[in-house]
Amino acid sequence: MLEITPLHYSVLSAALFMIGVIGVLVRRNIIIIFMSIELILNAVNINLVALSDQLQNLIGQVFVVFVIAVAAAEAAVGLGIIIAFYRNKETVNIDEMSLMRW
Amino acid sequence: MEAFVFYLLATLILGLGIMVITARSAVHSVLFLVLNFLLVAILYVTLSAQFVAVIQVLVYAGGIVVLYLFVVMLVSLKKAPELRSDSRRVARTGLLLAGAVLAELIAIVWYTSANGSAPPAQAASDFPPRLAGDAMLNTERLGWVLYTEYLIPFEVASMLLLVAMIGAIVLAKKNL
Repeated sequence: MLEITPLHYSVLSAALFMIGVIGVLVRRNIIIIFMSIELILNAVNINLVALSDQLQNLIGQVFVVFVIAVAAAEAAVGLGIIIAFYRNKETVNIDEMSLMRW
Repeated sequence: MEAFVFYLLATLILGLGIMVITARSAVHSVLFLVLNFLLVAILYVTLSAQFVAVIQVLVYAGGIVVLYLFVVMLVSLKKAPELRSDSRRVARTGLLLAGAVLAELIAIVWYTSANGSAPPAQAASDFPPRLAGDAMLNTERLGWVLYTEYLIPFEVASMLLLVAMIGAIVLAKKNL
């Protein structure tokens, strides 16, 4: 219990991932859903860095840099979509976003 | 000491994560998210990944979260979206699905810790990053790997950011 193994980091990562998943599934405000996605990406990053430290291999940290770049791109495009949608519909509730529903 | 720091950080990270998804107002959510990212950065420092920690603070806590804050301020709402729809049913379904995913994750962790043997630390370490002895710092080694072994993915990532930038401008601008 007192020695911190990669399993501890995996459990922390899984728990944070779950919090993000619950946020995505439960909340209706699309901005909070985007923040939950950021939490999920962070959970993955914790796992990558912990295993990179464990294996003494830098590839995990390289991957984290790419994940952060993709997260930045995702945030920019997603928030642009939110603003464009809000301008037309005056809402950020995902239940009212059925424009492209089949 | 190390264990104490880890448990403290883990508790705070998980607690702030829960605050992010349960906070009533979106502004509070964003502020909890900043704190969460800063604590994750401290966790990276304890894992001797200093460069990633700095990137986490600069890009995540400094850049992305401020972007969220701008959007929250732009999108002013009179009523929170949760109050306008039947949230009880949605919450129940969401928690059920999340529980299923949690069971799957626990099964994976349990299975791998029982059956899988972690590869020895030496096996992987001579692949890319070891060069010129161990005297190089984390940032130095990461930069070396990023600009030699992963040069093409790095350039592709820069193209992705360019495309995202143009896309965000096109989406958010009223008339081009």
